[in-house]
Amino acid sequence: MSQLPALIGVFAYLSLLTVGGGLAAFPELEHLTVDVYHWLTSTQLIHLYSLGQVAPGPNMMMVTAVGERVAGVAGAAAVIIAFFGPTSLLTLGTGRLWRTLEGWRWRESIQRGLAPVAVGLLLAGSISLAKGALTTWTGVGVAAAAFALLMSTRINPAFVVLCGAAVGLVVFGGR
Amino acid sequence: MSGDTGAKNEVGLAEIFGAFLVIGATSFGGGAMAYLRHSLVDTRRWIDDPTFVQMLAMSQSLPGLNSTNMAVLAGDRLRGTLGAAAAICGLCLPGGLIMFVIGTLHHQHAERAFAAAMLHGVAATAVGLVMAVAVQLGRKVVSRIDDLAFVALAVIGVNLLHLSVLVVLAVVGALAIWWYRPRAELQQPPAQ
Repeated sequence: MSQLPALIGVFAYLSLLTVGGGLAAFPELEHLTVDVYHWLTSTQLIHLYSLGQVAPGPNMMMVTAVGERVAGVAGAAAVIIAFFGPTSLLTLGTGRLWRTLEGWRWRESIQRGLAPVAVGLLLAGSISLAKGALTTWTGVGVAAAAFALLMSTRINPAFVVLCGAAVGLVVFGGR
Repeated sequence: MSGDTGAKNEVGLAEIFGAFLVIGATSFGGGAMAYLRHSLVDTRRWIDDPTFVQMLAMSQSLPGLNSTNMAVLAGDRLRGTLGAAAAICGLCLPGGLIMFVIGTLHHQHAERAFAAAMLHGVAATAVGLVMAVAVQLGRKVVSRIDDLAFVALAVIGVNLLHLSVLVVLAVVGALAIWWYRPRAELQQPPAQ
């Protein structure tokens, strides 16, 4: 119960960082949930984020699992509302304002300028995830194979991540 | 909302919720935006393509996930605030329930040897996936050397200097917007 205000604060803050995609917030997500609040370990967070790639819908529904771990159903509900509420209201308001700003010349500048920054934050999130997830050279090889497969074919990414489970069982199962 | 082009106004709330629920339940693989476009533009014809592209650009510049921002914008066009609420609830419900169950299972079984091995594999492939997504988006967005500089600044700020994402977003974001600031001579030819 006492964790609910902290959950709400953390996930409302994180949601404001997701410019370009949820992964942009990953370094901060890791810092706050693992280092600051000790809600889960870095490995557990990486597991949940990775499993989130298999679920349908928006790619950050894994926040539900973090909320569940910390405070059960109430935690999951609190996190969902905190993570999606403020940004939705912001988008609703800005969406209406944006249309009235049709001729505002900074509009184009904002879109043009934020696009490469969003790519950079996405890449930074990928690197943070990689640092924690790739603990062996075999893991690096599996990641490289998945990357090559996804770049060269139109195979469904969720299927590739699912196959990762089977590959993991084979290559990491012997220990 | 009246006078909007590209949106019908007689769509019911249940219909909006149902449409987004189907997208939320079937968009495996992270490409929710492609499913949204297919459903809203091609199948249901609720929104026309230019409007969709415009809303996509907005979804990407605003904080929040691209797909949920798109749901809010599309729902608002179709049926105002309640439409936006119906859209985002439908989109998030299936994945949220699935992740709740997965989270519970992970909580109980992650320590088992076979589960740990599978999760190790899942995490490694997920790294390959997010790298591929970043590179594919980068190819579309980064067309000039100055774009590349902003990408590099964001990565250096987060990964090397370990600055908070908020600080990097504020500083590099402001710098990039200023870099691409409106220039009078390009935007508005002088009147005769």
